[in-house]
Amino acid sequence: MTVDLHRRAVLAGLAAGAAAAALPAAAQDAPLAKPIPSSGERIPAVGLGTWITFNVGDDAGLRDECAGVMQAFFAGGGRMIDSSPMYGSSQAVVGYGLKKLGGPKTLFSAEKVWTSAADGRAQIAATKTLWGVPRFDLLQVHNLLAWEAHLDTLAAMKERGEVRYVGITTSEGRRHGEFERIMASRPLDFVQLTYNPLDRDVESRLLPLARERGIAVIVNRPFQQGSLTQALEGEALPGFAAELGAKTWAQLILKFIVAHPAVACAIPATTSVAHVKENLAAARGPMPDEATRQRIAAHIADL
Amino acid sequence: MSEWWTYRPSDFLLFSPRVYWRQFELLNAAVWPAQLATVAIGLALVALVLRPGAARFVRPALAALGLLWAVTAYGYFWTRYATINWAAPYAAAVFAAQAAALLAAAALGRRPAPLPDVVTKTGATALVLWGVALHPLLAALEGRRWTSAEVFGLAPDPTAIATLGVLALLPRGAQFALGLAPILWLMASAATLGVMGSAQAAVPLAAAVFGLLLILRPDRL
Repeated sequence: MTVDLHRRAVLAGLAAGAAAAALPAAAQDAPLAKPIPSSGERIPAVGLGTWITFNVGDDAGLRDECAGVMQAFFAGGGRMIDSSPMYGSSQAVVGYGLKKLGGPKTLFSAEKVWTSAADGRAQIAATKTLWGVPRFDLLQVHNLLAWEAHLDTLAAMKERGEVRYVGITTSEGRRHGEFERIMASRPLDFVQLTYNPLDRDVESRLLPLARERGIAVIVNRPFQQGSLTQALEGEALPGFAAELGAKTWAQLILKFIVAHPAVACAIPATTSVAHVKENLAAARGPMPDEATRQRIAAHIADL
Repeated sequence: MSEWWTYRPSDFLLFSPRVYWRQFELLNAAVWPAQLATVAIGLALVALVLRPGAARFVRPALAALGLLWAVTAYGYFWTRYATINWAAPYAAAVFAAQAAALLAAAALGRRPAPLPDVVTKTGATALVLWGVALHPLLAALEGRRWTSAEVFGLAPDPTAIATLGVLALLPRGAQFALGLAPILWLMASAATLGVMGSAQAAVPLAAAVFGLLLILRPDRL
């Protein structure tokens, strides 16, 4: 009897041990998903930007390359793709990729209005045609151009169920004062702004305000359009990067960004399948706490 | 556009260098062997500038140039560059207007071209020769595929450069009128290439300055 009980205990212990070992591994494999405060929906913390990288015109070869990037993006669990009428042919190229991939269901479409007050609806309709989607998940007023009129339009569209979320964008630290006033006074689901270990201006007011107002934050220019990662090339990663599972500077930078409690999603842009996989991998594994985030920023600033 | 001072030129560059140079690669592949015809026209222009005494060829030369500016307006700006740069249709309009002006000069020009002196002739020949024969070599020099060469009569830079050389054969007033668009385009191109980080930016800039000096040069030293 005691031998059987002992054997059962050993087997139970082994099973429990195996389950315990499996749980952290499963948790580590699942990419970080951050909440959108206004709805509670969670989205993967690393998305895909399309400024410059997707503006390839009618070049068939380059369009297929972009479709390849999108394929790897969706396969890796990515959801948010962000574009704008300002980005030349990027919208059309996104639409080409979506069509080629058969309209991935996990897509979270983020687009922008970038025109005079009177032409918002027409531009949105044109953008919808380029993407080939029935409606957008998120529409944002690009760089605050004619924002009062466009926010009214977008609010009305949201009321009618023609868009799920509404937001505004800025970049490179521009118009933060006005941004703050709009965030404080208008109902917004999202704001998009620039944030990375060197461009930290938003930490003082905009990111805390976003948390306070329940506004999800999308981060653009995580790598300063490539110049930050290029400048760091060849520099050894700090020792603590390995503990975070960051194998490259891009991954360390993305972890710094998406670990901020206010940030919902960062949207690095790339033409490389290898880079899109590398970027998505940053959302997996351990995330830095606040102290470690400060260490990351200090380390990069010192270099 | 508020806070305009915070915008860098690179903020207006919508496309990567790779996409920019591939345009010419695709253009060349699409129109081959038209390059043979445009270069042949270009070589005839070199011959004309070298022997400007053959004044009766100046008007056909202007007509040919007018045609090539129209070809560049449509074949490059309207159908290719416009797909990646929303400012390209404006440049297409400028090139189309220049084409019309050159054709008008070809049709209406009455005064025979004054014989330029040796310095003017040398400068003019250098510009036409560069546009027709040397500019395409920049692709290889910059480490790009030779198939992305910018060819006279199809790509804007060499077309504008060679045109500035031919304009030296015309009366001063016509030089000013017909030289404005090439010079403005070459400066815009230099700015674009400079923002792209291309060393080639020096070429259109130098050609614009050189062409302007040639136009402003007094008839007699």
